[in-house]
Amino acid sequence: MRLVIDKQTVWLVGGVLALLLVSSIIGYALAHTAKGESARHTVKNLNDRIRAWWFMVLIFGLALATGGAGSIVLFGLTSFLALREFITLTPTRLSDHRALFWVFFVITPLQYWLLWTDWYGLFIILIPVYAFLFVPIRNALAGDCERFLERTAKIQWALMICVYCVSHAPALLRLKIPGYEGQNGKLLFFFVLVVQISDVLQYVWGKLLGRRKIVPQVSPNKTWAGFVGGIASATLIGTALWWATPFTPWQAAGMSLVICLMGFAGGLTMSAIKRDRGVKDFGNMIEGHGGVLDRIDSICFAAPLFFHLTRYYFTP
Amino acid sequence: MTKALLVALVKLISGANVRWAGCNPEIRQRIYFANHTSHLDAVVVWASLPAAVREWVRPVAAKEYWTANGLRRFLAANVFHAVLIDRTKVTVRNNPIEFMLEGMGQRHSLIIFPEGGRSSGEEIGSFKSGIYHLAKEKPGIEMVPVHINNLNRVLPKGEFLPVPMLSCISFGAPIILEPGESKTAFLERARAAICKLRPS
Repeated sequence: MRLVIDKQTVWLVGGVLALLLVSSIIGYALAHTAKGESARHTVKNLNDRIRAWWFMVLIFGLALATGGAGSIVLFGLTSFLALREFITLTPTRLSDHRALFWVFFVITPLQYWLLWTDWYGLFIILIPVYAFLFVPIRNALAGDCERFLERTAKIQWALMICVYCVSHAPALLRLKIPGYEGQNGKLLFFFVLVVQISDVLQYVWGKLLGRRKIVPQVSPNKTWAGFVGGIASATLIGTALWWATPFTPWQAAGMSLVICLMGFAGGLTMSAIKRDRGVKDFGNMIEGHGGVLDRIDSICFAAPLFFHLTRYYFTP
Repeated sequence: MTKALLVALVKLISGANVRWAGCNPEIRQRIYFANHTSHLDAVVVWASLPAAVREWVRPVAAKEYWTANGLRRFLAANVFHAVLIDRTKVTVRNNPIEFMLEGMGQRHSLIIFPEGGRSSGEEIGSFKSGIYHLAKEKPGIEMVPVHINNLNRVLPKGEFLPVPMLSCISFGAPIILEPGESKTAFLERARAAICKLRPS
């Protein structure tokens, strides 16, 4: 898998770095003007987030620079860490131990290995079919019937969200789009940028104008203003980046809208799980953001849809 | 070198999130006492201490487990300087308390597991009297309760392959044996100190 670094890539990377620089300056200014306990708290959280963003952009940029291998390894590790956070919060029983060992050390690496060898046919069914059958078999062999269906379903769900869905993001590098050969790195960049900027803008719009909550029982942070403002502005940004993708401006707008809507749905669904388990975040690995899974919940839901839409309409 | 690698590996596998709720890590003679759910407990608590403090802390561990093969023997003796206790034949001459006091000397701290054996991880078992005798032999010593959460799911009893889940190690406020405090009262107080650290 060869990825070229062309002028457009440089523009994309430069744009993101400029954006981060501006955010850091604004964050710095806010930190010196914020008054009152809650304002200071919000600004501190904002600055933690910006700092973490620098770090995440650096890692992601390095992964892309190494071509396909780096990105596959990076997303593989991300899946592994997310899976770990998910399973930690899910009450499994001790008899699930062996099945979990397979899930972490065989099925997860295998999914990314299939991506590496470009074995699309198996990549697309490994987890929904074979892992789906394997996990209950292994659990049945362990001989513990208590809450059997529930336990098996939870492990399966964790695999689908954290491994199967996430692996569709680096799978974008495997698409053979006529006239776009070697440029798929930009497509992955476009996808991650739109998903994440949509999260950020929903947060910003929500903090500035948000009052009416969409589903207060699930997430107190998701407001109508954040939803409309964030998704509209992120879609505009995605549209403005059409030149880096194989899409026309209108197609880029449609794709961005789908990505943003699915990203929102992902964040909401994962919030429901966190609520159910009585926690605010899945982990504490990324300062200001929570865990890995808190940061990628929108990617989980948006990646498969974006992958399939692109594959269906833009590859022969 | 081996030490740094082992600490990094243990932290990776156990994903331990360390919280100091009630005291700060300090280089002073203390006794850390924790609930016991997994063979990894001693190593994980030891690894979760800051490097400078860790130098002076020795875990107390089961002799039959840590001398079972060459690697474990090497790790116990040369890397985390464990005080190994024979749990199978306790006699008057073979008193574990003596070994622990000897292992502490004047400057070292200990990590002990007062339940004796490993519990299932859900309930904390009743404490053996060893912790009380230690406190009596070392009057005024700070005893720091440590709660280990989720490590039993990383490596449950009877399993040999760890699954990388996230665990949480909480250090609580130290307790000190009061003059005239009875054995039962102290054991109950010590056990309650760990239970209090349980995440709700």
